[in-house]
Amino acid sequence: MRNFFPILTVTLVIFALWYAFAVVLNKNWAYDKATRGGYELSFTELVADTWTQKKPRLPTPDQVAAEIWKSTGTAAIKKWNRSEGKPFSERISKVLGDKKSLLRHAWLTLSATLLGFVFGTGLGILLAVGIVHNKAMDNSVMPWVITSQTIPILALAPMIIVVLNAVGLSGLIPKAVISAYLSFFPVVVGMVKGLRSPDSIQLDQMRTWFASKSQIFWKLRLPSSVPYLFTSLKIGVAASLVGAIVGELTISQDGGLGARMLQGNYYGTTIIIWAALIFAAAMAAVLVSSVGLAERITKKRMGFLA
Amino acid sequence: MQSDIVIKAEKLCLTFETNDGPVHALKDVDLTINKGEFVSFIGPSGCGKTTFLRVLADLETPTGGSVCVNGMTPREARRKRAYGFVFQAAGLYPWRTIGGNIKLPLEIMGISKAEQKKQVEEVLALVDLKGFENKFPWQLSGGMQQRASIARALAFHADILLMDEPFGALDEIVRDHLNEQLLQLWAKTNKTIGFVTHSIPEAVYLSTKIVVMSPRPGRVTEVIESTLPKERPLDIRETPEFLELAHRVREGLRAGHGDDA
Amino acid sequence: MSLIVAALAVWAIGWGINIWIARQAPGRWQSITSATIFGVTLVLMWELIVRGSGISPVILPPPSMIYTAFVSSTDILMADFIQTFVKGALTGYAMGCTAAFLTALAIDRSDFLKRGLLPIGNFVAALPIIGMAPILVMWFGFDWQSKAAVVVIMIFFPVLVNTVQGLDAADKMQKDLMRTYAASYWQSLFKLRLPAAAPFIFNGLKIASTLALIGAIVAEFFGSPIVGMGFRISTGAGRLELDLVWAEIVVAAVAGSAFYGIVALIERKATFWHPSQRK
Repeated sequence: MRNFFPILTVTLVIFALWYAFAVVLNKNWAYDKATRGGYELSFTELVADTWTQKKPRLPTPDQVAAEIWKSTGTAAIKKWNRSEGKPFSERISKVLGDKKSLLRHAWLTLSATLLGFVFGTGLGILLAVGIVHNKAMDNSVMPWVITSQTIPILALAPMIIVVLNAVGLSGLIPKAVISAYLSFFPVVVGMVKGLRSPDSIQLDQMRTWFASKSQIFWKLRLPSSVPYLFTSLKIGVAASLVGAIVGELTISQDGGLGARMLQGNYYGTTIIIWAALIFAAAMAAVLVSSVGLAERITKKRMGFLA
Repeated sequence: MQSDIVIKAEKLCLTFETNDGPVHALKDVDLTINKGEFVSFIGPSGCGKTTFLRVLADLETPTGGSVCVNGMTPREARRKRAYGFVFQAAGLYPWRTIGGNIKLPLEIMGISKAEQKKQVEEVLALVDLKGFENKFPWQLSGGMQQRASIARALAFHADILLMDEPFGALDEIVRDHLNEQLLQLWAKTNKTIGFVTHSIPEAVYLSTKIVVMSPRPGRVTEVIESTLPKERPLDIRETPEFLELAHRVREGLRAGHGDDA
Repeated sequence: MSLIVAALAVWAIGWGINIWIARQAPGRWQSITSATIFGVTLVLMWELIVRGSGISPVILPPPSMIYTAFVSSTDILMADFIQTFVKGALTGYAMGCTAAFLTALAIDRSDFLKRGLLPIGNFVAALPIIGMAPILVMWFGFDWQSKAAVVVIMIFFPVLVNTVQGLDAADKMQKDLMRTYAASYWQSLFKLRLPAAAPFIFNGLKIASTLALIGAIVAEFFGSPIVGMGFRISTGAGRLELDLVWAEIVVAAVAGSAFYGIVALIERKATFWHPSQRK
């Protein structure tokens, strides 16, 4: 909490700079308009104009917030009211099915992210267990896992989408595949580190009790790896989200936040791009914080955070 | 009186191959330990005292000579869980309660849940930690954690207790207290104890037999039988007999490693 | 069909060799040999399975096709490499790292700013910054400048956070010793705090090296002159010229690991004293 004032100050400064930059970046358009209209702009008029343009080069925070509210809250309320008299479940599905609603796009992105994340993590843990217990796997596979972190894997995204579409898989699955392998590698690296974290005294102690490899795994290695797993999960969930969004940028007809950004880009409606981007950022923040919360709770119960 | 021989080492050797040439961690160690003895191993770094203890525990493999524990090879002794080992660090799992930590070896050995509960209560009482079953390690002080670690080593009723500088990380006042408790424990349970230490007063206070070792190569320089009685209040450390023994140990150490500081 | 069987045989042989290697006494050669054998096995299996089964080489080209594409399009690949890696990623990397480093030095003197900026920096580093690519293309145009801008934004906060942590790394005793020498802020900075910060700074530089190439490539998915690795990958995928796409990916993979490797090499020279670098 002692960080509250510094963080607040920095955040306020960032917002102030944002508004200032909005003036700087949007001023050309305002001046052009004024020249064509044949009038002069005072400074206050310039500021007012740059902050309320329809297709600004840099929308202001309030413009973005208004757009977000328009495409989530207002759109939902409109659909809800329009389907007056219909049963509850139908009204909900109408709200969620609204093609213009940011919530629907967010759900499409989120579902791909979570599906991919769960699979990537599961497979990653299994591979890590294999690597730690089998020397041949450790020698042959681990170097590739480490190297893969330096390879721009995201560059494979368009190809994966195209190939999977060609064999008939479209929509959720290709995006989930990209999300899965983006979270896979950090989880493998983190879990291997975690499963190997018990020190020699702990392992010797286990030897004096003649414990089997399986007993050592379940009673010592797995619990010890929990802090490392959570660190990787935070990286993995953020990477999964980026993967899903980049997938949507490639083929946008399946919807999603990335598709919305691409739409905004195509039509030049910059506020929509920003709205989708901020929403995606908010989603990333929520995802990472949720994992962080789960981490704090688990670590507290396991005694890692006294 | 012929006591049972619990540990017998004959011409025991352990040589490590390193980049700088072979290191003789142990060379021609001959030693006999009888049932119920409290044997301290003392010497400077590299003298082989910890290595010897680890050989007994089958945590290291000798390269020459022979050693037997309870009449078996160390590997068989380990398989039969013939000894409890206490390390320098308590090494308790933070995600288990004290009770849970003590149950750990019992779970591994497949002991029934009812029996586990009984052992835990018994052994916590022995180390004076009654009532701490449901506390977590980080709620205990360093000394208490080490006591819990000793309790864990006693939980499965092995005859032998091997301790590698268990009190080294604790301050002197706590150490004194624990030394006293350890002697009381020993009197109550009659275990055979092998104890590695750096501290001369600790070695003399605790043991019936002191093994002085020296490095390069690691070997036994002297074996001193203690003349102190079995009952030892803490202030025995000021008696002339005690100081005499401590002096003998110090001389043995000095003879052992010549003139390197 | 027989090719599939051959693929399985290759797998079995490769795995068998690796198990044999694992049984030998531990040594550094084991990892390199096993990993190479594993990689070669996978490539061989890929070739055999694609040719043996009915998989269309348009969808999944076998390695031999990729190799042909590689050899026949080297000029395209080279031009793409220069556009994306040299002009986009490297310039962005240089600018971003410098900006982050200078910012770190600037806020180093203010504890207040540090406490405010670090949590925000960690937060921003987790956001999908890549989504800003279309916006940056709008501001800076189609060419490499917008890609460099994406890279700058992506690497700024990770490098900043690591540098600030590094500048705090010199321990209290060391800083007190400097005070007893009446050393000035700058002397202390150059003689103690920067060397002590080096391991952290390099950690940030390594992370940034991977992010830089990713940022430059993905940014090109949004608009690029008709050259560039990302451009080639996304349009090639669209036109099902997958052999060329794979060739680009190979170039990207080699470039990415080489870039990282070079930074790691410099790190080893500069921080040879750190426990992680000593054997």
